[in-house]
Amino acid sequence: MQNDKKRDVIFKIENLQKWFPVKRTMSEVFSGEKRFVKAVDGVSFDIMRGEIFGLVGESGCGKTTTGKLIMKLLDPTGGKIIFNGKDSTHLDKNDLKDYRERVQMIFQDPYASMNPRFRIKDVLEEVLIIHKKGNDKKERLEMVEKALSEVRLQPPHEYMERFPHMLSGGQRQRAATARSLILNPLMIVADEPVSMIDLSTRAEILHMMKTVQRELGLTYLYITHDLSTARYFTDKIAVMYLGKIVEMGTPDEVIDNPLHPYTQALISAVCEPIAGKVNRIKEVPIKGEVPNATDIPEGCRFHTRCPYTGEVCEKGEDPLIQDDGGEHFVACFKYKNLK
Amino acid sequence: MDKRKILEVKNLKVFYKTSMGDVRAVDNIDFFLRSGETLGLVGESGCGKTTTGTALLKMPSPPGYIAGGKIILDGEDIIPISETEIRKRIRWEKISMVFQGAMNCLTPVYTIGKLMMETLQTHRPMDKEKAKKIIVKYLNYVGLPDHIMSRYPHELSGGMKQRVVIATSLFLEPKVVICDEPTTALDVVVQAQIINLLKELKEKLNLSFIFITHDLATEAEVSDRIQVMYAGKIAEIGTNQQIYGEQGPMHPYTKRLLAATPRLHEEVEELAFIPGTPPDLIDPPRGCRFHLRCNEVMEKCKTEVPPLELVEEDHYVACWRCTKNAE
Repeated sequence: MQNDKKRDVIFKIENLQKWFPVKRTMSEVFSGEKRFVKAVDGVSFDIMRGEIFGLVGESGCGKTTTGKLIMKLLDPTGGKIIFNGKDSTHLDKNDLKDYRERVQMIFQDPYASMNPRFRIKDVLEEVLIIHKKGNDKKERLEMVEKALSEVRLQPPHEYMERFPHMLSGGQRQRAATARSLILNPLMIVADEPVSMIDLSTRAEILHMMKTVQRELGLTYLYITHDLSTARYFTDKIAVMYLGKIVEMGTPDEVIDNPLHPYTQALISAVCEPIAGKVNRIKEVPIKGEVPNATDIPEGCRFHTRCPYTGEVCEKGEDPLIQDDGGEHFVACFKYKNLK
Repeated sequence: MDKRKILEVKNLKVFYKTSMGDVRAVDNIDFFLRSGETLGLVGESGCGKTTTGTALLKMPSPPGYIAGGKIILDGEDIIPISETEIRKRIRWEKISMVFQGAMNCLTPVYTIGKLMMETLQTHRPMDKEKAKKIIVKYLNYVGLPDHIMSRYPHELSGGMKQRVVIATSLFLEPKVVICDEPTTALDVVVQAQIINLLKELKEKLNLSFIFITHDLATEAEVSDRIQVMYAGKIAEIGTNQQIYGEQGPMHPYTKRLLAATPRLHEEVEELAFIPGTPPDLIDPPRGCRFHLRCNEVMEKCKTEVPPLELVEEDHYVACWRCTKNAE
């Protein structure tokens, strides 16, 4: 069972890169020098079918860019994206439409991602029209109704006639989820789907997304900065820092037994609703903020902030990501001596 | 701890005028702030926490207006005081605020030094050299080096900008500082740094803070007492221990909000949530404002408004289930 599951890779990301060119100064133009923001700088991971894969990290670590690359909203500078056994790194127009039918996205802001002049039924039907699904309007509206009931907007016909502003934040994110489900995709990329939603309904949305995932056998890529929801929601977590994955494994492993000093620092910084911490200063082992992505430090890119940095870390190449056993991967030269 | 009440709010009402009628954003609330403590204001969006914050500076954002009540700051009711007087004596001098998102609203064409100088010299006309010294002192307090003065906002990171905003709120030596979601837009590591900074400043400068956020987890780290608001009313006020300790909160809303907060080191199969949405505040429901979403609702809750009552030391709850006169 474990082995079968292991082989059923839906997404294989190999050494994916996205470098954005930076506007050059006059002297750089003449000397022919080029500078880049290395937003994603060699990322590899596999997503299994039916899995919820979490990509976490601070702002600017490249998690959203990775999501956009997978959605094919951006073209990668290097590397490969293999979807369902087929190389999908570069696609022509027809293949792209086909690809998007099977890989859908839920955006962060449910307020901005819907046309305010469309009723909910139009918002959802438009997807079907673009992808030429359903023979006539009647058939399409039936599909809309089905998608809305899948996300528990009950009764669906009541919500179909409404405009987006007539829904609450939670209901709107449900409608957005319905829109991404309507084409029966295999995979959904969800970029911070609950960060704009109130706490009392946040859990409800995550719960709904998980139920739908189980019922329809979907695969999710869940992008977030919030480790607490990632723990609850995902089957596997990858922690990114400055365009690279530094640690990857099951949520239990990564959160309860973090190996990389960066993950350890992130976890120690998370606030938890537990009494008796008011008068204590919180110990966070790392100082400062993430360095500029145009000027990534030599050696291990984390060494400038790492409390355990040593000679090996400061020169040469980045540490390679390696298995510590039990599918727990870490990219650190010294992690074995930190325990 | 000094037990003196530095700020006392009585029957405060703040409404927003709209064509459909008044939105009762803050409706008859009472609370106090002790000298040297941090009081956390927590609740969902639209519950009135920011409205309460701006009202305490006597500057509700239009079309809002203070419809009644008393704000007693340092022994003096500030509601009847004229606007010119408020500017001269109260606002920023005695009570200041770190606004939500203020770090992204620093004038981009001014250097940090010029920005801070402007605020300082408007209130305390003094020569430049002296002003500079004060600015440097406060920049150092918040952990920034002197040369930040000649930097522009875009050259600073988010955490540094938030530090600048905090320094600006402090240099007239106010007694009370209101922080509205100061850590929400920041990354976790920077968030922890800012929280530590606020704790250090509280000790060093003997400040009292009102800390507004929607996140119960952050509140557990910073606030001595926590005040939970729902739909313009206070649901519960309790000490850190009373809300987050073994016994747990008493109001059904706080209980369920806490249950909906994910915890990092706990395996949960299913997170709880509160069905429904907060009520419309133009025409709030009769009785307890939470009764439509409450799982412990009784007949009485639908018709009578529960008063905020003291149930044990420092613990106030507005719920018919918790008061002594419960049937």
